[in-house]
Amino acid sequence: MKSKTSRGYLLNTVIVVVLFIGFQILTSLKGSEGSFKLVIVPSIWQCCYLMVLAASLNLVLGFMGQLSLGHCGFMAIGAYTAALLSLACERAGLFENKSDLSFLLVLIASVLAAGILAALLSFLIGIPALRLKGDYLAIITLGFGMIIINIINNLPFCGQDGLAQGSAAASLYKNGLGFGSKAKVQFLWFALVVTILSLTLMFMFVRSKYGRAIRAIRDDEIAASASGVNTSYYKVLTFAYSAFFAGVAGALYSCTNATLSTSSFAFTNGGILNSTFVVVMVVLGGMGSLTGSVVAATIMFFVNYQIKNGAWVEHLPASVSGVFEYPMLVYALVLIIVILFRPKGIFGSYEFSLQNLIPDIRRARERRKAAKAERKEAQAHG
Amino acid sequence: MNTFFQTLIVGLRLGSIYALVALGYTMVYGIIRLINFAHGDFIMVGGYTMIFVMPLMLRLGLPAWLGVLAAIVVCALVGMGTELIAYRPVRRKGTNMTALITAIAMSLFLENLAQAIPAIGPNPKVSSQIFGNGGFKLGTVTMEYTTVITLVISGIVMLVLYAFTQRTRLGRAMRCVSEDKAAATLMGINVNSTILLTFGIGSGLAAIAALMYMAQYPKVYTTMGALLGLKAFVSAVLGGIGIIPGAMLGGIVIGLVESFTTSYISSSMADTFVFLILIVVLIIKPAGILGKNVGEKV
Repeated sequence: MKSKTSRGYLLNTVIVVVLFIGFQILTSLKGSEGSFKLVIVPSIWQCCYLMVLAASLNLVLGFMGQLSLGHCGFMAIGAYTAALLSLACERAGLFENKSDLSFLLVLIASVLAAGILAALLSFLIGIPALRLKGDYLAIITLGFGMIIINIINNLPFCGQDGLAQGSAAASLYKNGLGFGSKAKVQFLWFALVVTILSLTLMFMFVRSKYGRAIRAIRDDEIAASASGVNTSYYKVLTFAYSAFFAGVAGALYSCTNATLSTSSFAFTNGGILNSTFVVVMVVLGGMGSLTGSVVAATIMFFVNYQIKNGAWVEHLPASVSGVFEYPMLVYALVLIIVILFRPKGIFGSYEFSLQNLIPDIRRARERRKAAKAERKEAQAHG
Repeated sequence: MNTFFQTLIVGLRLGSIYALVALGYTMVYGIIRLINFAHGDFIMVGGYTMIFVMPLMLRLGLPAWLGVLAAIVVCALVGMGTELIAYRPVRRKGTNMTALITAIAMSLFLENLAQAIPAIGPNPKVSSQIFGNGGFKLGTVTMEYTTVITLVISGIVMLVLYAFTQRTRLGRAMRCVSEDKAAATLMGINVNSTILLTFGIGSGLAAIAALMYMAQYPKVYTTMGALLGLKAFVSAVLGGIGIIPGAMLGGIVIGLVESFTTSYISSSMADTFVFLILIVVLIIKPAGILGKNVGEKV
């Protein structure tokens, strides 16, 4: 426990465990209260899957520099896998109700299966797709995203009541997970644990030799391959790793929603969950900053929620509140403005770190001071 | 056999619409290497312009399709505005990736701006009949007038465009800029105004495509350009992006694939086949059917 890295990991673990226990106590105290149960807990669930999803895309888009426009396709695979697997277990009578111990096992198995299936399919897609670069990769992933959605729409066991009961349809009405508000409180710890674990694994990936390799690919692919980085191996691996967590996010999604509909995972739609908006989250937060993705996902969810349900919108003057009737318009504008004035996103490539928090703040202040002095000097010289 | 020819004609008609839209994509990509995701939404802009102009035309005693002239002007203005306001500043500062994301943002912006305008709103609008009803029989196959007009107009537009890029000074300037911007500047070509012109022409073509589309499916809604634009883009990539005859060929191929899968395999799987074809072509020949593989310079 001497090196700085392991000290940092220890510190983070302790803080996370303390926060988690504190949160558990808060949940057990307030769990039955109306607004906590009906508003806050579902919001946390939604934030969880958005965070995992945005962070997983950031691996590909921010750290590897390859634009994937079909990321929600992998999330759809995860969501349907988890929903159908748990439904199969329920119909097979493996668990009676959601407080059984066997249900917990089914839940864990569904989440893992969701991730693994998404990762396997992403191998199939990634091996041919990642031979292409830049715009072509964007298009081919977009195409794959569409195909996934289209195939799910046409599979008889993914529609109606699930598992070939009823015909193929765009919506799945039966879901073995699909927590109600009480179960959401009960299993809140599970969502948090899955999210924290996923984020930790992604963060460790980025810090490892794999992370360094994919950043080298992002900065200059030819130089990276000349330096002995096996670019296609790392690209496919990262793609699959990212898809795994997109699948996990999908499993969390099917826990949150009792009904699954393929339009939620499309390239664009009216909500904030679609392949385009995940890209927006990553870009807003900062390409190459997992912190940024987490913060951006939370902010986007919060803003979206507030615009849709917030009481304060009614108190605004009519001219301003009219704008908020079209949240997507606001997002598009914000995105254009961020790209124009801060092309690297809000956080750039900065990662939040408890251990380095104070030095980071000090350094940022010094940098600002230096920039100010420079500007003053430039002014003095006319 | 009858079904086969009917399907063929439907495919050609659909394909010529895709080809017109794909031309806009391919011209813009050829010149600034940017997938203009907002291009599909220019179709929507053109569609709504025609919805508002057509009653005016009818009241003046003119045929409804003359509204396309207004749509071309509006679309060209919107296209050039997009380039001036969003793409040019980003191109100066950012990377390829930021430009692409700006294009996605512009597409979102246009779609939702249209919804926010009270006269448009989120609900679809139905247009009146554009071309005359009816058709004639060619053997056992019925040819609708709409189909014939669509095929003829798009053929003419493509020929004119091809001649324009090959023969005129401005067309040559466009090809120069897409080949080498720095060299074009040295030859006295104003690169920025050439790019602007490209956006204008590409968006104008989107307006014509909107006319064709509305003649066939008389309904206009704010997201109508999204899937149409995507498929047109697929056509452009399929034919070899940046190459004008490639866009035409790709458009026709995609149209045929879509109509044949719809009538012979499954109507709900048509999109899957369209994208599957794209993927297969990209894997076998990444530069597209007519494209040449260009080695990368280090």
